[in-house]
Amino acid sequence: MSYVAFADRDHEQDHHDPDTFITKYVWSQDHKVIAIQYGITAILVGLIALGLSVLMRLQLGFPNEYSFINPENYYQFVTMHGMIMVIYLLTALFLGGFGNYLIPLMCGSRDMVFPYLNMLSYWTYLLSVIILIASFFVEGGSTGAGWTLYPPQAISPGTPGVDLGIILMLVSLAVFIVAFTMGGLNYITTVLQARCKGMTLMRMPLSVWGIFIATVLGLLAFPALLVSAIMMLFDKTLMTSFFMPAVSSMGVDPGYTGGSPILFQHLFWFFGHPEVYIVALPAFGIVSDLLSTHARKNIFGYRMMVWAIIVIGGLSFIVWAHHMYVSGMNPYFGFFFATTTLIIAVPTAIKVYNWVLTLWQGNIHLRVPMLFSIGFIFTFIHGGLTGLFLGNVTIDLPLSDTYFVVAHFHMVMGVSPVLVVFGAIYHWWPKITGKMYNETLGKWHFWMTFLGTYAIYLPMHYLGFAGVPRRYFAMGNTDFLPDSAQDLNAAITISAVFVAATQLLFFINMIWSLKSGPKSDPNPWDATTLEWQTPDHPPKHGNWGHELPEVHRWAYDYSVPGYEDDFIPQNVAADKAPVGEGH
Amino acid sequence: MSEAVLYSGEKEAEGTEGLIEDWSRDKQVFGVPWGKAMMWIFLLSDTFIFSCFLVGYMSARIATTDPWPNPSEVFALEAFGYPVPLLLIAIMTFILITSSGTMALAVNMGYRKNKKATFWLMFATAILGASFVGMQAFEWSKLIAEGVRPWENPFGAAQFGSSFFMITGFHGMHVSAGVIYLLVVAFRVKNGFYDKVPDGYKIVEIAGLYWHFVDLVWVFIFAFFYLW
Ligand code: HEM
Ligand SMILES: [Cu+2]
Repeated sequence: MSYVAFADRDHEQDHHDPDTFITKYVWSQDHKVIAIQYGITAILVGLIALGLSVLMRLQLGFPNEYSFINPENYYQFVTMHGMIMVIYLLTALFLGGFGNYLIPLMCGSRDMVFPYLNMLSYWTYLLSVIILIASFFVEGGSTGAGWTLYPPQAISPGTPGVDLGIILMLVSLAVFIVAFTMGGLNYITTVLQARCKGMTLMRMPLSVWGIFIATVLGLLAFPALLVSAIMMLFDKTLMTSFFMPAVSSMGVDPGYTGGSPILFQHLFWFFGHPEVYIVALPAFGIVSDLLSTHARKNIFGYRMMVWAIIVIGGLSFIVWAHHMYVSGMNPYFGFFFATTTLIIAVPTAIKVYNWVLTLWQGNIHLRVPMLFSIGFIFTFIHGGLTGLFLGNVTIDLPLSDTYFVVAHFHMVMGVSPVLVVFGAIYHWWPKITGKMYNETLGKWHFWMTFLGTYAIYLPMHYLGFAGVPRRYFAMGNTDFLPDSAQDLNAAITISAVFVAATQLLFFINMIWSLKSGPKSDPNPWDATTLEWQTPDHPPKHGNWGHELPEVHRWAYDYSVPGYEDDFIPQNVAADKAPVGEGH
Repeated sequence: MSEAVLYSGEKEAEGTEGLIEDWSRDKQVFGVPWGKAMMWIFLLSDTFIFSCFLVGYMSARIATTDPWPNPSEVFALEAFGYPVPLLLIAIMTFILITSSGTMALAVNMGYRKNKKATFWLMFATAILGASFVGMQAFEWSKLIAEGVRPWENPFGAAQFGSSFFMITGFHGMHVSAGVIYLLVVAFRVKNGFYDKVPDGYKIVEIAGLYWHFVDLVWVFIFAFFYLW
């Protein structure tokens, strides 16, 4: 018997299915189990970040009320909230969670190409999370440097968590990058080399495209973060001066000479901007599939959508310094980076038009995943438009480091991807668990989250114009701010607490569904993509039972004229059903 | 692993269109084993790590106001009573490049299923790699004995010591990992482990890719630290 790697087996051969609890659910090499492990871990840390945001809002809305929040704590909350949300929640959930679950199922493979490496990736990620959590409990607490960790203050006395907190933060990031690399290599190789017969790249669902390109970005952008983390660690522990200029800190000379804090900013944002797209591209892809499925229409301009994802991915590496307009770099740089930033708006706008045109005259089913997808279009347009303002140097200068920026990035990379995460969970929940959830409760969850987040972030734009600075513990008596600013802050806090509480609906719904939800159909949304065509429901180890599927059409044959059903799965042969517009 | 097939059966388009279709054909984009594809992708990512390190080093070197030590003096070695500039490093570089040669031969022998020759060539590569690391340790101890530290440097800018130890250390870790990797593969070749796997000997080439990459990176480090 010659050996054929698991992901590529045409026929099921006698392999040993994992049978003990440990091999099945703990040290599992099954991409679906790993995906769920990633997902649950990410959501749990995400809840910590959500809790921190509520604490921050309480302080901002009602200063002087909460004596247990002091300025040091506030900085720690801001930092850990931002870092967890961006990296440990969204990056891990989209790539480790959805990437793991969807890539092999949508591409028609039995698993990732190297399942063992995939398993290591999860456990390494868990280690990074544990290190991160540990930093809350060490002496001095976690770091309060802001999620951007700018030196010199990140490692200078006076910043909270300057001893162990920042060290653990940097180590945790490095470990996370190792975990991500192990997973990412797997995702890319699987997409490139292990699709089933007939699944050409240009027939792949956009979800896979988004996750795939995001992973490529990650493998090229995280190196910059790794290098800056290592260098900062040395500046902190070995007293090197990569980033630290000769400073006097609280009256003492710590002994640094001649380093460049701007170098850190360049390295950080060379990672940081692609990171925005690492979070956004999977959301773009997934939302395209959700819109098309629930509008019973093919996605408008599939090829354009694919190319837009690729072009955005490429451009995202040459815009990083738009985060540094106020850093004192050469003004010509500002001109260059403003130009590239505005060019990115073109492919992005194409995507938005195509989403809207997909809905146009569709047979729209306003089910929960669809609501979240449409909500995403709103919040994304909103955040994208303010991005155009901030991309221009002259407009950014007064707005930089104000609440306008906070409002912008929450709309575009906070709320929007999170709405897609919810939509995606509601969409694939029946496949993952085999159970249905309560539709009405899901709709309540959507409306309260959607309207609630608008109530949080719309007023922040106004606060930003008025000049309220970002990362401030309290405003005190400030002449240039009207008293109404404080009222607005109180209102925002009330909405934030409301939105946070609303998420309970989601958890109640899911727990109820697991315990006593009705059994779901194998294909409850009448979707065309392969993951809904598995022989077992939910899919078992090996995904495809006896034989791998064979693909005969693209992923968007919805409402093809002259066919009885309004969808034709990708594995239906071309002589059994008409072929729609795509190929 | 099956051969890639163009499924659609249609005639291939010409020009760019054809290129894109060729790339996006079903099952496999590249006609190589998974391990090899993955190694290439990993090396691409690793290239970015080293590039960031080197760019950081260049930027630190340009930014510092203290004088940068003269490489022909700090890296000189006493031979026959005279200081010879770059002596040690010339030997180290020569060794590493030689090891790339033995590695290439090993790959060739691997494809001919000549287990014995493959084993010995890989073993030789590993030994050369290990001696490179040994000499690097010697160079480190010499600099340390002269008072160079990550945080200070008697010859001028502190960043010299910091970036030198950081970057050569990171590269040295790559070489050490490579030595272990080569040894594992070499002994498996010897034991006939790869006879059981179709195309098993491609692993020799994959290990070789990594090894050549590490050599190539060294050429850049060499140029930027010792010749600049
Ligand atoms: C209910 C949801 C959320 C609320 C109420 C919230 C609230 C806040 C607040 C109050 C701040 C600090 C502003 C300041 O003092 O400067 C902040 C910062 C931040 N948030 Fe959120 N946030 C939420 C969700 C998210 C999500 C989903 C993300 C994911 C991208 C995110 C990313 C960030 C980042 C990156 C920062 C900046 C941290 C820093 O300045 O270092 N937030 N958020
Ligand atoms: Cu950016």
